[in-house]
Amino acid sequence: MATLAFLVLAALLVGSALAVVLHPNPVKSAMALVVTLFLLAVVFVLLEAHMIAALQIIVYAGAIMVLFLFVIMLLNLGDEEQRARPRRRVVVHGVAWAAGALLAVVLVRLVAGAPLGRPAPAPEGYGSAALVARSLFTDYVLPFELAGLLLLVAVIGPVVLAKRGR
Amino acid sequence: MWVDVGIAAAKAFAVVMLVLNMSLVLLWVERKGSALIQDRIGANRANVFGGLLPFNLGIINTLIADPIKLLTKEDLIPAGADRVLHFVAPFLAVFPVIVTFAAIPFGDVLVIGGRTIELQAAALDVGVLYVLAMSSLAVYGVVLGGWATNSRWSLLGAVRGSAQMISYEIALGLGLVAAIMTFGTLDLQEIARAQGAHLWGVVPLWGILYQPVAFLILLIAGFAESKRVPFDLPEGESELVAGYFTEYSGMKQAAFMLSDFAEVVVVAGLATTLFFGAWQVPFLARDGWHLPGGVFVAMPHLAVVALQIAAFTIKVFALCCFQILVRWTLPRYRYDHLMDLGWKWLLPIALANVVVTAVVVVLVA
Amino acid sequence: MIPISWYLTLSAVLFAIGVVGVVVRRNVIVILMAIELMLNGVNLTFVALARQLGSVDGQVVVFFVMAVAAAEAAVGLAIVIAFFRNRESVNADDLALLRW
Repeated sequence: MATLAFLVLAALLVGSALAVVLHPNPVKSAMALVVTLFLLAVVFVLLEAHMIAALQIIVYAGAIMVLFLFVIMLLNLGDEEQRARPRRRVVVHGVAWAAGALLAVVLVRLVAGAPLGRPAPAPEGYGSAALVARSLFTDYVLPFELAGLLLLVAVIGPVVLAKRGR
Repeated sequence: MWVDVGIAAAKAFAVVMLVLNMSLVLLWVERKGSALIQDRIGANRANVFGGLLPFNLGIINTLIADPIKLLTKEDLIPAGADRVLHFVAPFLAVFPVIVTFAAIPFGDVLVIGGRTIELQAAALDVGVLYVLAMSSLAVYGVVLGGWATNSRWSLLGAVRGSAQMISYEIALGLGLVAAIMTFGTLDLQEIARAQGAHLWGVVPLWGILYQPVAFLILLIAGFAESKRVPFDLPEGESELVAGYFTEYSGMKQAAFMLSDFAEVVVVAGLATTLFFGAWQVPFLARDGWHLPGGVFVAMPHLAVVALQIAAFTIKVFALCCFQILVRWTLPRYRYDHLMDLGWKWLLPIALANVVVTAVVVVLVA
Repeated sequence: MIPISWYLTLSAVLFAIGVVGVVVRRNVIVILMAIELMLNGVNLTFVALARQLGSVDGQVVVFFVMAVAAAEAAVGLAIVIAFFRNRESVNADDLALLRW
């Protein structure tokens, strides 16, 4: 039963990821990415990472993708124009997809071929906010503070960059 | 295993029915309550059964006639509109709002046939984060609703609405952080159970006694999230026609209006769970009444469960009526004042509340 | 129990699709979205391996990756807006100003 659910989820994920990459309209591409991120959050729940799943929806699907949609609508972008001649386009796309498939095969053989054995037993409260927070504020407090600084830069930077002229 | 699936399905069904039926009742309260406030009669023109009944059904006529009208209207899609997004946007507006209610507990436990059933559709240990996640998904219904119709009034309403929603999400989250720090857990059922104690044996220790500021922030941010007056400029009746859902007719418009009322219920449910003791009845524990003065009255288990569910429903309904009262009392905020309020007032107040709460929690513990 | 290698396979496929997206698409914003897809593939790898090892360190790394992705998306989109104001286009072929 869980296997069937995972296979359906994986098929939907690959389908929506392909829609992101293939669809000519950027708005539909962005919505396909939202669907992908939502399905990925479901996969995280399958892996018992509940807090990361909730954060995925709050941060990625609920904030970053809204930002993408805003920019696409602000710039009023239509379908993507194809400038290359059809024959050149077919060649380039063909090579790119072949290389992508090769990359996928190499990566899959690399990560999935390694003998992993049974997963270790999850500690009490695995996936809840308490365990992650404890780790975050003791072992990883320096990266945490640096991430805060980075986000401050990310708030000020775009305001300056996107300002209209002088 | 199939019994577990059946129980989970029954709980989910009960929650969805609660939200939808409460939305229908709120439509009634809105129509007649607003008429009462504004000293007029309200909707009384529909007469569904004609002369068949000896008595007049009153507002029930309108509650039957309205959905029939919306179901049978022609579905207009403007020329140049994006058909797929026009179809998807109402669904995206309704889905996150109704699904939020899965994490909100509507009772303690139900013990039937040796089986203990938690009265919560989804027993999540990150319940508050789930609620925040679903409310951040609600922005898509607004954004796509305005964009898909290729109409400039809709786009204006959509841009205003989405900017307002994402601004107040931050204040909402920070207000909830203070409440979470007080209770020390993200699990909504644990928060509900933690409000069962009594101060000096008499005053129920509900969340609002610990965090009045957080309650106010939740209320104001909740109004802004559901785009209700005084923050309903994205919908802007009399300014933008109907804002982001102008170009939707029939069942799609019904979906947007349903999302409006369902969000009222969700904000009320969240406020009830965090600040008004959720399903807690003062002095009622799992085995019976523990009245002050040492009096103990035993109660059968099913009666306790029924009382708790009734208490939850009454509290949610009271907060919904309060929101409707506010709608028909306050004038609308201008848009720049609205953004000012969210960024320059609510956010610093919420942050200060978090700091003060943190200091107090550390000092008391 | 689903073998962890299945999750790793899925994340490898997502990563490869993201790479192809960066190479094939001409719209800069869609390229940024394909980069987000790659980052999410990596996130899935981290979470799967965190579950395999039973430690939360993988989840902490995912936390940081999300923060960095948010910052990068914000700054990248601001650059795209600034560029659009100048050139009226978001096609990657028009962005090749530094090329010889």
